Amino acid sequence: MTTPEPLSQPVARTPSARHIPIFNARNEDVMPDTNYDAIVVGSGISGGWAAKELTEKGLRVLLLERGKNIEHIKDYVNATKGPWEYPHRGGRTRAMEELYPVLKRDYALNEKNLDYWASDKDSPYTEVKRFDWYRGYHVGGRSLMWGRQSYRWSDFDFEANAKDGIAIDWPIRYADLAPWYDHVEKHAGIAGSHEGLAQLPDGQFQPAMPLNCGEELIAGRLTKLFEGRRRIIPGRTANLTKELTGRSACQYRNACWLGCPYGAYFSTQSSTLPAAAKTGRMTLRPFAIASEVIYDKNTKRATGVRVLDAITNKTTDYKARVIFLCASTLNTAWLLMRSANDVWPGGLGSSSGELGHNLMDHHFRAGAQGKLEGMGDKYYNGRRPDGFYIPRYRNLFGDKRPYLRGFGYQGSAGREGWSRGVAELGVGAQFKEAMSEPGQWSVGGTAFGEMLPNHANMVSLDQTKKDKWGLPVQKIDCATGENERMMRKDMIADMAEMLDQTGVKKVEIYDAGYFPGMGIHEMGTARMGRDPKTSVLNSHNQIWDAANVFVTDGSCMASSACVNPSLTYMALTARAADFAVGELNRRNL
Amino acid sequence: MTELENQSDYAPDMITRREAILRVTAILGGVALVGGTALLTGCREENTDVPFTADEIAYLDEIADTILPQTSTPGAKAAKTGALMALIVTDSYSPRDRKIFRQGMHKLDKASDTAYGVSFVKATPQQRLTLLNVLDREQFDEGERRKAEGIKRTEAFLSEKTAPVSDVNPAPAMTEQPPAHYFRMMKELALMGYFTSEIGCTQAQRYAETPGRYDPCVPYHAGEKAWAPHA
Repeated sequence: MTTPEPLSQPVARTPSARHIPIFNARNEDVMPDTNYDAIVVGSGISGGWAAKELTEKGLRVLLLERGKNIEHIKDYVNATKGPWEYPHRGGRTRAMEELYPVLKRDYALNEKNLDYWASDKDSPYTEVKRFDWYRGYHVGGRSLMWGRQSYRWSDFDFEANAKDGIAIDWPIRYADLAPWYDHVEKHAGIAGSHEGLAQLPDGQFQPAMPLNCGEELIAGRLTKLFEGRRRIIPGRTANLTKELTGRSACQYRNACWLGCPYGAYFSTQSSTLPAAAKTGRMTLRPFAIASEVIYDKNTKRATGVRVLDAITNKTTDYKARVIFLCASTLNTAWLLMRSANDVWPGGLGSSSGELGHNLMDHHFRAGAQGKLEGMGDKYYNGRRPDGFYIPRYRNLFGDKRPYLRGFGYQGSAGREGWSRGVAELGVGAQFKEAMSEPGQWSVGGTAFGEMLPNHANMVSLDQTKKDKWGLPVQKIDCATGENERMMRKDMIADMAEMLDQTGVKKVEIYDAGYFPGMGIHEMGTARMGRDPKTSVLNSHNQIWDAANVFVTDGSCMASSACVNPSLTYMALTARAADFAVGELNRRNL
Repeated sequence: MTELENQSDYAPDMITRREAILRVTAILGGVALVGGTALLTGCREENTDVPFTADEIAYLDEIADTILPQTSTPGAKAAKTGALMALIVTDSYSPRDRKIFRQGMHKLDKASDTAYGVSFVKATPQQRLTLLNVLDREQFDEGERRKAEGIKRTEAFLSEKTAPVSDVNPAPAMTEQPPAHYFRMMKELALMGYFTSEIGCTQAQRYAETPGRYDPCVPYHAGEKAWAPHA
C-alpha cells in the first residue's frame, strides 16, 4: 500500500518571461494602438493558433477576446484542491442552476470550474429546437476545458460529400492538410500510437498513454475477432508524455478541466499564447466583443473590426490588413451576419445563401458497458487523463450499412470506486470496508457519430432578443435526422456485441439521449467549398467576398467526420495563416 | 398490516434477526405511517424549506454512521457527513426531492419508534442496522427495476422496425426522472459525503494529488485501498 514515487519532480513553470502586452478597460493608461497587420477574433484553440502563426511570420497581431483574461497557472485557482475543499464537494446547487439554465443540462455545470463557462444570463440565445450551447468566454476559450482527444481526418472524410452526393465537396484533400497536421502536432504535443490505419492517419506523436490491463485484455481479443478491422487503440490526446519547452509532462492527476499547473495539456495559455508573446508582436485585448467586421465595398476588403468593450460599452475601431475570425462557429456566423449589411443584407459571406447554414455537431451518449471478471488481482497507479479509442469501421473497406458515414468509440476500463455502493446492496462495517477498496473492473465505450450537413440546420439573428450589451442574439434551429437515427442503433448494438464477444459480462446497453450541441463540436456555418455560389469560404478559408478575411474555426467545415474536430481546426488555421502571409508578401492582400 | 398485528406481542429483544427484518419491513411498508402524528426527534414534516437543525444533523450523522461506521478507519460521523448531507439537501436538491428526503427522515424515525419504542438516534446499533437493511433492500429493488426499464427502452429503440419521421431527435426523449427512494438519497449522500471528505479520501482510500506517473497494470492485493479521484 505504498504510494509510488513520481518518476521525476514535476516543475511548474511560467510560460515565458516576456511580458504579454494586455490592455483593457481597467488598464487605460496603456493607450492602445488601433493599427495592426492582423486582427484575430477569439482566443480559443483556433484563435491562439492564428495569433502564434501570424506573429511568428512577422505580423503585428491584435488578439481580441470577448471575456476576461485567465493567466496561465496563476489563475487556475482550483487546480490543486482536494474534493473536500469545495463546499458542495464540486457538485452543483440550485442557485447555480438558476444562473446557468443551459449549462445545467449536462455535466458542465459544476462547482470546480464554473468560472470557465460563459454566463447564460448575460448571453442568452433562442432555441427553435433544443440546442445545448456550452461556451467559454475568456482568454483561452474552450481550450481550457476541452476533452483533448485529437485525431486526423483522412481522405475517406474529405471525399465523403462528393462520393455520397451530400452537400458540397471539400475543396481540399488530406494531402493538403497533412503537413499542417504535422506542424501543429509537434507544437501542441499529441500522445498517440502508430497504427497504420487508412481511416485514421498516424501523426507526429509523443509516446502514447498506455492501455491498462483491462483494456489490453479486450483489445487483444477484439483485434483477433475482427481480424484488425475493429481495434482498440490508446486515445490520441493533447497531453504531453514528454516535456516540451516550458511545459512539463503529464503528472497523471486527471484534473485537466481545472487548468494544468504543469502546462501538460494543450491550451491557448500553455502552448500558443506563450509562443505568440515570445515574438513581441502580439497584443492581447480581453473584454473586447467584436461586433462587426468593417467592410469597404469599394476595395472589396475588410478594413478592420469594430469592438465593443464589455466593461465600458465603448466602441473602438481597429484596423488591419488581414483578419482571422476564430470566434467559434456560432459566434463567427453571428459576426459575419452583422457585417457589410450595406452590400448584403444577410451579411458578409452571405452571397451564397449558405452563411449560418449546415450547422453540425457529433451525436453521442450511446453505447454499452459491462464487467470484466477474473482480474481482481490487477490494478493501476495514477490517473490517466485518457482512455481508449475504437476507430471508425462502418461503411469502410466493403462494409455497407443502410446509413451513410460512421462513428468511433471513446471508452475506458477501470476498477469501480465507492459510487458503485449506491446501487449495491449493503450497509454497515463490511460494506464500508468493501467500498474503501477498488471494485470490479468495468469497461465501456460511448460512440461519437458523424452528423450530416443539412441546409435546414441553421443559425440566424434574433432581432427580438438582446444580450447584456444590447446586441441581437443567435437563433438556432438544428436537429438530427434519419441518418443519425439509423446510425445510432449500430452505435449501441455494436458496442454491446464487441463487449459480449470479448468476454465482458453483464453487458448493458444505453442511450443517454442526445440533443445537438451536447457534443460541444458545433461546426459548419461558413463552409469551405469550390464555388462561391454554394460556399462561404474558398480552399484557403478566405471569404469569397472579402479576400482578406479568413475563417478558420469550426464554421469552415463542410462535413463533420466522426472524430473530434479541434486538431483539424488547428491545422486549417496554421495552413490559412501561412497562405495569408504569403498573399500579403505577394501583395495580393 | 396483518403481519405486524400478528407480531405485535413480540418483544423486540427476543426476536431473531430475520423476524426483526420482516417486522420492520411491514412497518416501513405500512400506509399508517404517512401523515401520522409526529412525536420524534425534531423532524418537521410540514415545512421542508427550513434549514436543518443541529438535532437533525446529528440524526443524519447517525444514519451515515450506520451505513459507514468506524472500522479500521474513522466512520461517517467523524467525517461530519451529516452536515454535508444537510447542506446538499438544502442547497442542491429540488423542492420535490427535499420533501421526499425530509419525509423519509420522518418515516424512518417513526418506524424505529414503532418497532423499538425509541427514535432512530436512541436505537441500538443493531436496531439501526436492521432498519436500514430493510430500507436498503427496498431502494435496491426499485433501482434494479428502473435499470431494467431503461434497458428495455433502449432495446425497443434498437428493434424498431419502422423508422418514424423524425426531425427532432434520434434518441428517446429525455424526460424528468421519477424521484428516487428516500433511502437511496440518504445512502448516496452518505457515500458521497464520506468518501469525498478528507478522512474518506486520505484514510478510507489512498489520495495522491499529483501521482506523477501512470502504471497501467500493477498487482493488487486484497485489503489495499482504492485510489481516490482528484476532484
